[in-house]
Amino acid sequence: MTDLTRLTLKAALDGLKARDFSSEEITKAFVANIDAANPRLNAYVVQTTDKALDMARASDARLAKGEGGALEGAPLGIKDLFCTDGVQTTAGSNMLRGFVPPYESTVTSNLWADGAVMLGKLNMDEFAMGSSNETSAFGPVVNPWKSSASNADLTPGGSSGGSASAVAGDLCLAATASDTGGSIRQPAAFTGTVGVKPTYGRASRFGMVAFASSLDQAGPIARTVEDAAILLRSMCSFDPKDSTSLDVETPDWTASLGKGVKGLRIGVPKEYVVDGMPAEIQALWDQGVEWLKAAGAEIVEISLPHTKYALPAYYIIAPAEASSNLARYDGMRFGHRAEKAASLADLYETSRAEGFGKEVQRRLTIGAYVLSAGFYDAYYVRALKVRRRIAMDFDAVWDKVDAILTPSTPSAAFALGDKQIDPLQMYLNDIFTVTANLAGLPGISVPAGLDKGGLPLGLQVIGKALDEATVFQVADVLEQSAGFTARPEKWW
Amino acid sequence: MAIDAATVRRVAHLARIKTPEDRLEPLAAELNGILNWIEQLNEVDVDGVEPMTSNVHQPLRLRDDVVTDGARVDAVLSNAPKSADGFFVVPKVVE
Amino acid sequence: MTDNTKTIQGRTGPWELVMGLEIHAQVASRAKLFSGAAVGFGAGPNEQVSLVDAGFPGMLPVLNKFCVEQAVRTGLGLNAKINNRSQFDRKNYFYPDLPTGYQISQLFYPIVGEGVVEVEAEDGSFFNVGIERLHLEQDAGKLIHDLSPTESYVDLNRAGTALMEIVSRPDIRSPEEAVAYVKKIRTILIYLGTCDGDMEKGNLRADVNVSVCHPGQYEKFKATGDFSHLGTRCEIKNVNSFRFISQAINYEARRQIEILEDGGKVDQETRLYDPTAGETRSMRSKEEAMDYRYFPDPDLLPLELEQAWIDGIKASLPELPDDKRRRLMADYGLSQYDAVVLISEQAKADYFEAAAQGNGTGRRDAKLVANWVTNELSARLAADGKDFSECPLPAAHVAELVELIENGTISSKIAKEVFDHVWSGEGSPSEVVEKHGLKQVTDTGAIEKAVDEIIAANPDKAAAVAEKPQAIGWFVGQVMKATGGKANPAAVNDILKAKLGL
Ligand SMILES: [Mg+2]
Ligand SMILES: [Zn+2]
Repeated sequence: MTDLTRLTLKAALDGLKARDFSSEEITKAFVANIDAANPRLNAYVVQTTDKALDMARASDARLAKGEGGALEGAPLGIKDLFCTDGVQTTAGSNMLRGFVPPYESTVTSNLWADGAVMLGKLNMDEFAMGSSNETSAFGPVVNPWKSSASNADLTPGGSSGGSASAVAGDLCLAATASDTGGSIRQPAAFTGTVGVKPTYGRASRFGMVAFASSLDQAGPIARTVEDAAILLRSMCSFDPKDSTSLDVETPDWTASLGKGVKGLRIGVPKEYVVDGMPAEIQALWDQGVEWLKAAGAEIVEISLPHTKYALPAYYIIAPAEASSNLARYDGMRFGHRAEKAASLADLYETSRAEGFGKEVQRRLTIGAYVLSAGFYDAYYVRALKVRRRIAMDFDAVWDKVDAILTPSTPSAAFALGDKQIDPLQMYLNDIFTVTANLAGLPGISVPAGLDKGGLPLGLQVIGKALDEATVFQVADVLEQSAGFTARPEKWW
Repeated sequence: MAIDAATVRRVAHLARIKTPEDRLEPLAAELNGILNWIEQLNEVDVDGVEPMTSNVHQPLRLRDDVVTDGARVDAVLSNAPKSADGFFVVPKVVE
Repeated sequence: MTDNTKTIQGRTGPWELVMGLEIHAQVASRAKLFSGAAVGFGAGPNEQVSLVDAGFPGMLPVLNKFCVEQAVRTGLGLNAKINNRSQFDRKNYFYPDLPTGYQISQLFYPIVGEGVVEVEAEDGSFFNVGIERLHLEQDAGKLIHDLSPTESYVDLNRAGTALMEIVSRPDIRSPEEAVAYVKKIRTILIYLGTCDGDMEKGNLRADVNVSVCHPGQYEKFKATGDFSHLGTRCEIKNVNSFRFISQAINYEARRQIEILEDGGKVDQETRLYDPTAGETRSMRSKEEAMDYRYFPDPDLLPLELEQAWIDGIKASLPELPDDKRRRLMADYGLSQYDAVVLISEQAKADYFEAAAQGNGTGRRDAKLVANWVTNELSARLAADGKDFSECPLPAAHVAELVELIENGTISSKIAKEVFDHVWSGEGSPSEVVEKHGLKQVTDTGAIEKAVDEIIAANPDKAAAVAEKPQAIGWFVGQVMKATGGKANPAAVNDILKAKLGL
């Protein structure tokens, strides 16, 4: 019998519908994989096996009657940023250890309504602040991939490292993730998976633990472009409970697949060539350009002049919003409360110093600083103006190109512990992805090749707002052209 | 705009994060590193540019004045570190 | 504008007061500003709390349209500019009654801009108070301190309730003006129906900014707009009665004067009025100086209002107190004093108008109706702790009573007796007059007969009246007594004078 855990989401859904296997069978197969792998990969922080089996049996009952939704019976992993009713949700933080929401996020509600099965909650950087999963209170996630050059444990990227590692390591069919500056696309690139950040406003933020409200977007990490298109469609919906949710139709993006790129104009922004970028990254990018050209696309060199300012602007805007969003974690109504405190002020400060990790504390401090009296205009307002400049850069090229091709990351996955000393080194991971967050645009990372150590590398496609269709169209061609079939060897 | 230990102390207090005295200097150095890098934003000409607070270009949606929520004290208190008689309980607040 | 400026005599000379008020008025809505939890009074702890109000992770605000409409209504009622585009900001601070760690408010772009309110001073003169802005914001929860000696209890029922904060210019110059201003705002809100004005429940409360300066400084400030001409101000938070507003200002002004006269410096700070001690005291120490780190709330988008919608609200506004006052004076010939007393309560003015319109037999003497409404009836209602909306007496009864006086059926004096019977539920005034035989005697024959009898029985007194004309009062009393008080007093007087040869 085939290994059910290695199926694509699409193949699994077809098999379930054809009743080649049951949801209970595939769910049990994933549970067995998780049990075996999680001690080493640390992808799951909570396993909801009983719940998963109940959901699987309910799916099987529906499938038996010829009923069922778009994800009926498919076992998925859920980033621990999404609140799940009755299941601990921590956002990777000690602050929320033991927190059990009495409510369900809209994104996960949509998945359950479509028949998906929840295997458990996936590890992540604390409050989604990180690019290596090392800021998690539950310890770092380990990448299933190893470099041929060393046996060191590698990062799966962050903050959706648990999601990426679980998908790459056969610990779920696909997973939910979230992306504030690149937290879906960078881990996808580091693990040979596909990650999509949709247009801001497509996926509801209701019930998703907030990091930076104006940038946070949920999206899938999956094994194929098609799988990502299927899962993204289920995740997205117009939600009256989120004032920034877009009241638009959610199309069937699988319709974009197989269309080819003939006649499409693909922009290649010159500013994405950055100092010190490894030759392999440039080579991969060039290869991507060749593939698209060969498939009939027109390649257009474009300029996005404010690109280099995106990351510094992001490191004002995101911490500022976070400093306010995370003020609710004060130990009063939920979350960690310090045992001993001399006064109320001391209780606040001690609870938060104990509950938050170092990186979160660092960003909350920066955030409070850039909003504080005398610095608001110089930092925060200026960053918002630069943000508009960046958005205007994109606006200015959309009459010349239909989509933009860039590398996803400036490097392949690095070893855990490698970039912990210098926060700025870590921040540079998001250099290619963060612009899409600032401008609210859809972006995808597709595995496109391997570096010299045999580690996956990704290419990113950025599209116009609400034009995920073209993004999927281009990603599909990249996926076909790359023929990426490499898999991590099971070492755990 | 270099940050000193006193500024870190003030800002850490604003953020309500207890910061031991011996952490103030190293934190100041760290933050200065990040802020120096951020200073490059000063190169950008932003004259006449509207600050961009959101990616969503639609007016704010409004809801009707209808009671749809509440009456769920158990849920509200379910994660409280301490509660009694329907109240959250916190250390004495002196006004 | 008249000079109601309060001058306080210090040791070194006279001082003047300058005040600006921030009134927090709770919007009379069913649900909260950003959540679907109920707004109300008297529910059990945390029963009117949604997870949005309690600031749970991932909870998001969605704006209540009715609250927006009420803010616009109020803005229009304050003759203020309605901003077609406004925005919600976060005001960040930590406090156990503030679940999210920030209050959603409007700092940079409020929904309502500048306006002006005309206020009646106690002496009947008017003064204007400029309105700087009105914005929408959330209320905080409530802390209960007396349930435990070592802990505070938190009830979030109030958290997230919609407030309109009405910020005045520093145009108020005395405690009396401050009270008159708050009364006027309260009246306007009640007329508009946007806030119930219940100060006991905290649905209307004021933050009072007080500073003192030397005479002449305020005029310099007015001429230049430069605040440095004024003294440092202190903000007295959450004063929730007219009496406390006045007391708090008086105390605070004297406190500041004392500091300044001792060569000290007033610290800009937030203070609390303690009604028991009759003093204000500092709420937060200086090193805790607040830095609220306001920034636009990224969970919300700019609020855009269509002009047609605003115009529709404008067209639906009721007659407001100032217009009503002017109309009562013009239409009914009332004095300003009477008109001001009547409009202070919308139901009172309505009651007056209904009574003045008459009881189907035509319009009554408006001045007389106003007297009955503002004196006798107001006093009875006050004694029962009621207001005019709960008045048990139909306006037609007052109309009838006045009609009986007008057509001479009863005297004003008897009218009081009639009123007593009507008030105790014995029926309409004419029924009471009938039942108790209180009809005024205007038959001069009957009066003459009584006068003759009394003069005949008291010849010595009749003789003395010639020397001492004021002694006629005794005869009047005797005649009224003999006629059971029903004799027309004017007729009695005339006849007595004639018969006594005066
Ligand atoms: Mg105030
Ligand atoms: Zn306020």
